[in-house]
Amino acid sequence: MSKRSGTARVLIVLTYAVFLLLLIIPLMQVVLSAMEHGVSSVLASLTRPEALHAMKMTLSVVVVVTLLNTMFGIFMAITIVRGNWIGRSLRRWLNSIIDLPYAVSPVIGGFMIVLMLGPNTVVGTLLADAGIPIVYAFPGMVLATLFVTFPLMVREVVPVLQEIGTQQEEAASMLGAYQWTTFWRVTWPSIRWGVLYGVVLTVARSLGEFGAVLVVSGNIMNKTQTMTTLVYQDVDNFNIASANSLALVLAAGSIALLLFMEWAKKRKGVHGDAH
Amino acid sequence: MNTLLQRRDVKWGFRSTLILYTLLLIILPIAGIYVQSFSGGVPVFIESIFEPLAWKSIWLTFRLSLIATAINIVIGTMAAWVLHRYRFPGRTLLNSLVDLPFALPTAVGGLMILLLLGPNSWIGSLAHAAGIRIVFAEPAIVIAMVFVTFPFVIRAVQPLLEEADRTQEEAAHTLGASKLRTFFKVLLPQMGPGMISGGMLAFSRALAEFGAVVLVAGNIPGKTLIASVFIFGEIESDNPQGAAAVSVMLLTLSFLVLWIVNTLQSRREER
Repeated sequence: MSKRSGTARVLIVLTYAVFLLLLIIPLMQVVLSAMEHGVSSVLASLTRPEALHAMKMTLSVVVVVTLLNTMFGIFMAITIVRGNWIGRSLRRWLNSIIDLPYAVSPVIGGFMIVLMLGPNTVVGTLLADAGIPIVYAFPGMVLATLFVTFPLMVREVVPVLQEIGTQQEEAASMLGAYQWTTFWRVTWPSIRWGVLYGVVLTVARSLGEFGAVLVVSGNIMNKTQTMTTLVYQDVDNFNIASANSLALVLAAGSIALLLFMEWAKKRKGVHGDAH
Repeated sequence: MNTLLQRRDVKWGFRSTLILYTLLLIILPIAGIYVQSFSGGVPVFIESIFEPLAWKSIWLTFRLSLIATAINIVIGTMAAWVLHRYRFPGRTLLNSLVDLPFALPTAVGGLMILLLLGPNSWIGSLAHAAGIRIVFAEPAIVIAMVFVTFPFVIRAVQPLLEEADRTQEEAAHTLGASKLRTFFKVLLPQMGPGMISGGMLAFSRALAEFGAVVLVAGNIPGKTLIASVFIFGEIESDNPQGAAAVSVMLLTLSFLVLWIVNTLQSRREER
């Protein structure tokens, strides 16, 4: 401690100040404001029918999106790294396509789906007539969330696949193991941590997605409203206390996911099985 | 399952599904925006862009994103440096907290700022008494942008510091270079690439931000209405043409930034 220079001390204090002002105090504020009116009022606003419906909606979106994104994400990652059936340049092209959703504002992401499949389009009308409405309904919300979460799984799995190389897999398939067996016995054990991170990131992102879902869902109460869009509506109605209770639940959920991620990273480090 | 996967048509089924999925989910929708914005011809597109409120929202977004990025480069680089170099109580906690803005729903981020700085909070009322508007004005937008993009610079600079060679810095020190000189000649070049690529990612994220900003900006047209909220308003008022034109501006800018980051990164990897 005594050896620490003056600059070091100032920098540490400044860093603490940044974290306190930007992250810690605002987070505490959400907890404190929610508790201001007591636990019973928090529970009361959480058990409003529209709040319960919003939670159910968010949960459904999270489950469906995580399942689809995990499946397609792993498959996509394997294709990008190992897919000899498409050319090298096409693979590189695909690799940069994956990142596009990062650069697209969530609102634009939702807007694209409305433009493509909205009530004014041919496809949208056809599907609606067939009894599958996309926009202002559950399928559209899943599509919008899939769009914004698309890169998360791929970006976790691709580097791992690149790192482990193909030797083991080649050995396995040369020894006569079929593709499916090779995947489960050789590839899966190496990528499973990457997949786990991808799943956590996907859950966190789909839990918190707001802009894209707001545009696509139309934010219809008790129908397509999710937790984040209900927070927005509550704030819009100056019902800050209710918004706060929902925000508390959302924040607790995402912090739990963050802690789980830290734990998983540590555990992976302890076990030392490189991937 | 094995025999199933061995079959040619199943394999091709899988592959076409994957291509179709990418096409339908990513490429077609993005192309759709560009098509929509030019559907009325170039003059209509230009007219939509230069509609005063549209133009002002784009300019406001660009300007505030730049400010937020500059703030993030300074505090992010400092935080990355302190977390890497010094050992102090609470360091691990702070390091885990860095990713909080990524994990937290952006609407919650916006609400946090509203609760802390809004008209009903003591900071808000204090600022109001001093004649400063924070919430429903530009400062709150910048704060929201800084909050959601906080992890980018830190997470881009940290790995560079980890792989950096400390001997260079020590050599400079032994050779009698002052601390300031060592910082500018040795440390800054080491962290530079991370500051730039992290800063650009933060910039493109700030351009696109919606959830945190919409709750704190007040969304006054021509004053505190940023581009993404403008797009949302145009969609709500059933004007897809105007929404598409501003979207195209925003998208093109973000793609440009992403492309530059990727080029810089691959160039660095080649070296």
